This record gives sequence, C-alpha cells and structure tokens, in this order.
Amino acid sequence: MNIRKYLVLAGVTVFAAAGDSMLSHGMKQTGSISLNHLQGVIFAILNPWVGVGILLLLAFFATYMTALSWADLTYVLPATSLGYVLLALVARFLLHEHVSPLRWLGIALITGGVGFVAGGPALTEHHHAKPVGEPCGVATSPPCDSAQGMLLAKDARNGAPSGVDV
Amino acid sequence: MKAVYTWSAILVIVFASVVGDVLLAHAMKQVGDVGALRRRAGLVAVIRRTLGNPNFLFGVTAMAVAFFSLLFALSWGDVSLVAPAAASLTFIGNAVAAKIFLHERVDRRRWIAATLVAAGVALLAG
Repeated sequence: MNIRKYLVLAGVTVFAAAGDSMLSHGMKQTGSISLNHLQGVIFAILNPWVGVGILLLLAFFATYMTALSWADLTYVLPATSLGYVLLALVARFLLHEHVSPLRWLGIALITGGVGFVAGGPALTEHHHAKPVGEPCGVATSPPCDSAQGMLLAKDARNGAPSGVDV
Repeated sequence: MKAVYTWSAILVIVFASVVGDVLLAHAMKQVGDVGALRRRAGLVAVIRRTLGNPNFLFGVTAMAVAFFSLLFALSWGDVSLVAPAAASLTFIGNAVAAKIFLHERVDRRRWIAATLVAAGVALLAG
C-alpha cells in the first residue's frame, strides 16, 4: 500500500459521498419523476447539480474498480464506508442539521470498523489472472514476500490451488 | 403482507448487490493492477480490457438489477427501513461471498470490521 493507493481509496469515499449529495440536492430541485412523465428525466439531467452528481458517481465507479484491481473486496468495502461518516459530518457542520446520539454511535461504529480493517493487509487472495510486476503469486518462483509466502504455504496445506492463474 | 413484500425486495437488492460486487471484484482481479497496466499499456488498453471482461459486464448488470429493485422497494416500503437494511445486509453478505467465491481470507479482523460497519450503517440511516 503506497500513498497513491490510499489516495484512490480516499477518492472512492469522497466521490461516492459528494456524488450522492449532489444528486439528492438536484433531484429535490427538479421534483419527483413519475412513470407517466418520463420526460422529467431529461429535465433532471439538465439540472447542473444532477449533471455534476452523475459525473462524480462515474469518478466513484472508476476509482472503485481501480481499488478492486489491487485490493480485496472485504478490504475496500469497509475502508471506503467512511463516506457515510463524511455525509453525517457534512450534514452536521455545513448544513447545520441535527445529528441524534444514535447516529453519533453509528459514526463511532463505522470508524471503529474502518480502523480494524485498515490495520490488516489489503490483499489476501491469490487468484491472479495476470500478476503485474508481482512475482510473489507465481508458483514457479519462490515467494518473495514473507506474508504472502506464508499464505501460499497455508493454502497449499489446505489443498487449495496456490498461485494458479485462473 | 406489505412487510413480506418489502423484506423480499430487500433480499433481492442484497442478493443482486452481492452478486454484482463479487463479479466486479473478480473481473478487476482478472484485469490486474490497473495502475501498473496503465503505465505499461496505456489508459485505452485498461478500458478495453475492463469493458471486454464478461464478468465485468455481468457485474454491472447485477448492479443495475439491484438499483431497480431498490427503486421498487422504495415505492412499497419506508426509506428509513429499506435503505439501511439493504446496505448493512450487503456488507455482511459480501464478507460471506468474498470468502466463499473470491477465496479472500476473511479473518477475525475483517469479520469484526464488516459487522461494526453494518451496525453503524443501520444506525446512521435509521
């Protein structure tokens, strides 16, 4: 995990939170859309808040896919759930909304969960289609990283295919 | 009876999101480290390889199913029930599915993280 990867995770968090907020703000301006008046969708997209929100959610998707290309799903999901906390803090300090004690408890739980997962390794699985610049996952070469090596050895004991390209 | 409809819709959302997340995660592992691939072959190659991956397309389809079932569920049930229930159950479902299908090593640390986040999300949105 280098600084660039942490920036990608931060991007996932911020883009999702900002995109959702802008969409929500814009949709409240345009009003509700019903199946009988589908042309309302076009007006909604023309709203600048909705347009920027969609762009931000596209950025979210790109950063999310990037993160999944080098980190576990069970790492990326908790690590980026700080977005919920971000939304609550924005509601409290920028929009001056009331945040109930139960919600503060929710913020504390999420933050604790993120702390738990962030202390561990980002990648544990070993089914790489094409390990790019990462010789550790190749069965023919000796494991170069000790943690990865231990993992491969453990899976080999369990009879699971280790370092096999799938 | 309305509760049965709402909870069935929530389960459909959770199932579709978990399938989508697992397929997308698997697809991106097949594509490989996007940063390294971009430096080696360029951004166009990254996009072509991602969009050409069948798992990626199935994953996006599953996400679309999840999104539209969320819209349906919201028209039946309360947003304060549907949104947090679906979001927090998806966290737990993803941890189970990632362990079984992606062979991620979901150790105690990650179970605790997934549970804490799921509980926190339920409290935040509730």
